[in-house]
Amino acid sequence: MKKFNKIFTVLVYIFLYAPILVLIVFSFNSTKSTIDFTGFTLKWYRELFTRPDLLKLLMNTLIIAVIASVVSTVLGTMAAVGISSMKRRSRSMVLTATNIPMTNPDIVTGVSLALLFVFAGTFLRINDVFGFWTLLIAHITFCLPYVILSVLPKIKQMDKNLTDAALDLGCTPTQSFFKIMLPEILPGIISGATMAFTLSLDDFVISYFVYGASFSTLPIEIYSYTKKPMPPTVFVLFTIMFTVIFLLLFFMNMAEYKKSKKKKIDL
Amino acid sequence: MKKVFAVLLMTVIVLTACAACSDPGTVTINVYNWGQYIGVGEEGTIDVIKEFEEKTGIRVNYTTYDSNESMYSKLEIGGSSYDVIFPSDYMVERLIENDMLEEINFDNIPNFQYVDDEFKNPAYDPTNAYSVPYTFGYVGIIYNTKYVTKPVDSWNALWDPDYSGKILMFDNPRDAFGIAQFLLGQDINTEDKSDYYACYQKLSEQKPLVQEYVMDQIFQQMENEEAWIAPYYAGDFLTMQETNENLAFAFPKEGYNYFVDAICIPKGCKNKEAAEAFINFICDPEISGKNCEAIGYSTPISAAKEYYEDTELASNPVAYPSKEVFERADMFTNLKDETLQYANELWLAVKSGTKVEEE
Repeated sequence: MKKFNKIFTVLVYIFLYAPILVLIVFSFNSTKSTIDFTGFTLKWYRELFTRPDLLKLLMNTLIIAVIASVVSTVLGTMAAVGISSMKRRSRSMVLTATNIPMTNPDIVTGVSLALLFVFAGTFLRINDVFGFWTLLIAHITFCLPYVILSVLPKIKQMDKNLTDAALDLGCTPTQSFFKIMLPEILPGIISGATMAFTLSLDDFVISYFVYGASFSTLPIEIYSYTKKPMPPTVFVLFTIMFTVIFLLLFFMNMAEYKKSKKKKIDL
Repeated sequence: MKKVFAVLLMTVIVLTACAACSDPGTVTINVYNWGQYIGVGEEGTIDVIKEFEEKTGIRVNYTTYDSNESMYSKLEIGGSSYDVIFPSDYMVERLIENDMLEEINFDNIPNFQYVDDEFKNPAYDPTNAYSVPYTFGYVGIIYNTKYVTKPVDSWNALWDPDYSGKILMFDNPRDAFGIAQFLLGQDINTEDKSDYYACYQKLSEQKPLVQEYVMDQIFQQMENEEAWIAPYYAGDFLTMQETNENLAFAFPKEGYNYFVDAICIPKGCKNKEAAEAFINFICDPEISGKNCEAIGYSTPISAAKEYYEDTELASNPVAYPSKEVFERADMFTNLKDETLQYANELWLAVKSGTKVEEE
């Protein structure tokens, strides 16, 4: 049985990582073929840095992801704190309302946001409504419920008497939030922010409906590569993105692991 | 708390103000093109946008789309204004019909004189008021000379039982029906339903011999010799030939389809003169030549061929066929929705192998 478990685990990992491995391998291929590996080269990596258009789009994608995750984390945390102090009935009502956008198909969210923006644009007489702001608003919209959902349980786990004690000892409500509550729920906030960042980074469907003439993102550009086969520089870009995110998550988990180990020893 | 709020409010106001306050001196145009359809400076090729910005001082917002249809829906939904778009022939016709294009002022496009006569006043824009050709290309037969030893000069080669299981076919109704229409001697822009039914029967005959109905996968299958013979675009054949030298291209004697991708100015454009300056720049023979060499499609400006670095490509008979060969070429026009839908139904029946009675 143990042997079976091991094999099964390995199979799952192969299943998860094989596609990305193939992509990484072919980013080093000396020809444009995606079937034969004809030799090792770094020329596509060099070439990527002669492509300011792709790098600019990558930058756009990162800008949106950073701003959207920061804003949705702040708003989401505020919302979660508010929701947690509601009465049971109104809390479950509000939670259902915030969860619905999450279960909505992306395409529905995308189309409805596009219609809303066009409507608002004609109302405010802005011809070029689609662009940076619509993308940002759309990304904040779909990130928000995920942040609320990951912060809320942390607030529930917290001992409510702690904030009461802080208030008793002379803290203002603001001080008690920043000194007591925030450090307690920080892991929830961080995981919410990470989630929001990655969701924003790889969103295609919703962005497709709300991007404009003045601002676009990398996934949209790649999707439009229909006239010719995918160039290897794109594989290079994906490989770099994958490696960066992988390392980021790896070191974050390492730091957490070390911290929890330390805590155990302290106890 | 109030202070924090005030600071936040200020940042928001400053940010929104800045979004609107981009330098009033520079003119910006929004260009909307197919993906991978302009020289971007890759592998030492020309960077068209950069050269244009440097030469004219006009700034370009460049975004891309994946198909004529998605470009059309982006224009239709509104909310963004584009100054230059690159629709294909039939899409130009549809845009004109729906009054979505601006008439171009050709006084601002002196370089239009370099465009070859056969591309002026095309069927999709008979008075040539709305469009300037950007590139053109053909559909023909790509085959592997290692396995296909009989001479290929007819679409019938795709019905040859000797190549059973090694034939690829277009996975879109218009191109597939077009081939059958050439073979049956019909007009490729017919609206007659019985013509389409005859094509359906012809294509159904071919189905047992076809390995797969494909579009982009054709590159790998032909380059790796998994398939021997297939109809596809001449420009893409040149790309495939770089990988596999055994591949050859034929222009069928029954006739073949050619297409033009044009440059147009859509309604709602904000800087028409700057857009016309951009179109004029693209029609400059030197720019057109270098750009078309970079993207691998043929230029409608003969004078541009002088600027090709690869002189062999400029005289390649596949990219630029002779006059006699070109006479057999025919262009798709925009069909009625009803006809397109009927063709679509029949196409699904061909692919799934179901029997359909004639309407």
